[in-house]
Amino acid sequence: MGSGKSGNRERAVAAHNGHERMSNEHTIKTISGMDSVNATVLGADEIILNMGPQHPSTHGVLRVKLKLDGERVAGSECIIGYLHRGVEKIAEHRSYQQFAPYVDRMDYVAAVSNGLGYCEAVEKLLGTEAPPRARVVRTILTELQRIASHLLWLGTHALDIGALTPVFYCFREREEILKIFEKYCGARLTTHAFRIGGLQYETYDGFEEDTRRFCNDFAHKIDEYETLLTENRIWVGRTKGVGILNAADAIALGVTGPVLRASGVKWDLRKALPYAAYDQYEFDIPTRGTGDTYDRYVVRMEEMRQSRRICLQAIENIPTGPIMARIGKVLKPPPGEVYHSIEAPKGELGYYIVSDGTTQPYRVRVRPPSFINLQAFDKMAKGSLIADVVAIIGTIDIVLGEVDR
Amino acid sequence: MGHLIPPSIMPFVLPVVYAVVIVAVLPLLAGYIVLMERKVMADMQARLGPMRVGPHGLLQPIADAVKLLLKEDIIPDKADRLMFWFAPLVSVTMALLAYSALAIGPAFQIADLNIGLLFILAVSSLGIYGIVLGGWASNSHYSLLGALRSAAQLVSYETAAGLALISVLLLAGSLSMKDIVQAQSDQGVWFGFSVPFGFFIYLVGSIAETNRAPFDLPEAESELVAGYMTEYSGFRWSLYFLAEYANMVIVAGIATTLFLGGWLRPGARYHEHIPGTGIEWLDALPALLTLGVALYSLSLAPKQPVKIQKIVMVLVAVLCLGVAGILAGALFAPPAVMQGIHGAFWFMAKVFAYIYAFLWIRFTFPRYRFDQLMRLGWRFLIPLALVNVIGVGVAIVLRQQLAWGPIVSLIPTTLGTLGVAMFLAKDDAPTVAAHLVDGE
Repeated sequence: MGSGKSGNRERAVAAHNGHERMSNEHTIKTISGMDSVNATVLGADEIILNMGPQHPSTHGVLRVKLKLDGERVAGSECIIGYLHRGVEKIAEHRSYQQFAPYVDRMDYVAAVSNGLGYCEAVEKLLGTEAPPRARVVRTILTELQRIASHLLWLGTHALDIGALTPVFYCFREREEILKIFEKYCGARLTTHAFRIGGLQYETYDGFEEDTRRFCNDFAHKIDEYETLLTENRIWVGRTKGVGILNAADAIALGVTGPVLRASGVKWDLRKALPYAAYDQYEFDIPTRGTGDTYDRYVVRMEEMRQSRRICLQAIENIPTGPIMARIGKVLKPPPGEVYHSIEAPKGELGYYIVSDGTTQPYRVRVRPPSFINLQAFDKMAKGSLIADVVAIIGTIDIVLGEVDR
Repeated sequence: MGHLIPPSIMPFVLPVVYAVVIVAVLPLLAGYIVLMERKVMADMQARLGPMRVGPHGLLQPIADAVKLLLKEDIIPDKADRLMFWFAPLVSVTMALLAYSALAIGPAFQIADLNIGLLFILAVSSLGIYGIVLGGWASNSHYSLLGALRSAAQLVSYETAAGLALISVLLLAGSLSMKDIVQAQSDQGVWFGFSVPFGFFIYLVGSIAETNRAPFDLPEAESELVAGYMTEYSGFRWSLYFLAEYANMVIVAGIATTLFLGGWLRPGARYHEHIPGTGIEWLDALPALLTLGVALYSLSLAPKQPVKIQKIVMVLVAVLCLGVAGILAGALFAPPAVMQGIHGAFWFMAKVFAYIYAFLWIRFTFPRYRFDQLMRLGWRFLIPLALVNVIGVGVAIVLRQQLAWGPIVSLIPTTLGTLGVAMFLAKDDAPTVAAHLVDGE
């Protein structure tokens, strides 16, 4: 800041901060695609606007550098790393069991799903499997977590678009799910609900009733959210045709999860490569065609209904038996490597684990859905307005803990 | 007192007293509208809202005001200091100035200007200078974008709102606030019922003019942080805040005067007396209502957890009881006094009902995008307002030439405008944003 002469306001709009601007231009040359936009409509200079890392609607510490022509986005760049904690490196210095709680801190609004992916990956590496009872309980808790994660997304997404009320309704229902988690394992957010080989805890008395009651109540709660939003003219206007991502682009960018399905690709790991107990239950994979923000909204709303359906089926028939496979106290997987992925609420969550035969993994690489999905941001945002940028960040449903790891 | 004040100054005494009262009371009123907003919001969102400061958060506005006054006063390094200092003053001065022509009841008005409405509109439009200057002087992108949005929005929606007001002016034949209310009394119908589309357009326009959701784009927090107020803090910020809420009361006051019968009592033609007295039921209603509130707060007092909260609750009850006493006492006072006091009550009641509608809308709808906002203004509201004005003109001709009644003559107008509105709304249906289609 130092060298700029304060008080010189001759080019008030664009060049008010000459010093910073020069450094900006230096960075921008290196970003592909951004230097291709030259002329603005009125021939004025573009404005470089930094959204974040402290901004009300970037969902954490995402920083988006926007190149603006008036209010129109001419180019964008996501700058990440503000929440980098070196999770993958930590794994190399922990035993397999010790690392399990760390994965909860990646996508911290869907900790149960993270834990499921990691535990199953290590089980695969060990060549074992969790007992049937554990698999069913895992399925129920993971589906509840999916609902909780989608509820959080819905509330914050609606809040970003300006609807102040749905967020509180969503948190009200999410609270019920967190209460079930709390009763089950004592934690609400970073649950560490599963163990490698199965479960640490038996379900508590009344687990089935709690889950059933939640599912039954939840059916008309979703309808309630939909009355506020689905056919609301303003909501439709703000989401339809915003942030379009067609199927080819979505596949090329490696996008997964509801974002991919909203673009019309019927790809869900729960069906494609069933894990846990998903092969036992009936559920549909909602898809839409356009791939805009509205479609992603519809897909996620329908996914919540399907998750509820899975929970209700699973709760009816939880097999009896052990909850932990016989794997021993000290885990020493044979040397080798494994990639296992699950359908987390935000998309494909993959764990690539290399074992060198010791008690600690040689390398753990996580494929976080948010990080990969965020790649599609520039594609979606180009040519839209600032207000759409907010909608698009919300619709990708990122969690920065997972993007930066 | 009379012998202390020279007779030449006498006509100015009462207006000056009113002016002082308004300047003193309005910030408090704005604070309590904020509290009302938070409570209404909490109620709609299944939570309690402020509960800590005073019983049910009743002292929260005072705590907020103290906090704002004590905050550090920051002027950004690169800001234009003079303009940065000046801009909030413009906003708040213009907002307060507009009160001088507002008629709060038949007696309580600083100046009954013959161009009253025009004056209010002109002065409150000047408030936009405060926003634009503030946004520019802050020297921040967010502020500048917010200010520009605000200017564009105000220009668009004031046109529509102004046209809606014209439909009423045609019926009332006057710009004086008092005469407009009198006209509604004479015609026996509030203009909000005889020209519902004028009311609707003004409702939408006034929300947009005061930058409230769903038209709060200049300060859209999820996009522009706080818009033109981003760089402001402490007392300067609270001046903007005060101006915003003062403007809300102004537009609610205009709507009340023009569409909701001003200070007229609901059911003005309904004269049912309480048996054995000369008092009408409806005249006794305000006193009974406030008495009810007083008794309710008194019943809540023992339930308060802390002694000081009990005391405050009792004070609230006493305050309500006092108001009830004044309202009841007015029933036995000379008609002019009674009209003045009860008129002020009904006026404020209507203003708060209107503000409640504002809040309700705010907590229900998502926010418009800027281009959609402009499309709604220019392609829906303004054409509709024009049709409405023409229709009212036709209605006046019908009334004068064919001697139709004031309500009947406006029915064709309303139906015609409804048809146009449906046609325009179909045209306005949300479509894929054009810029995204021709974009890539």
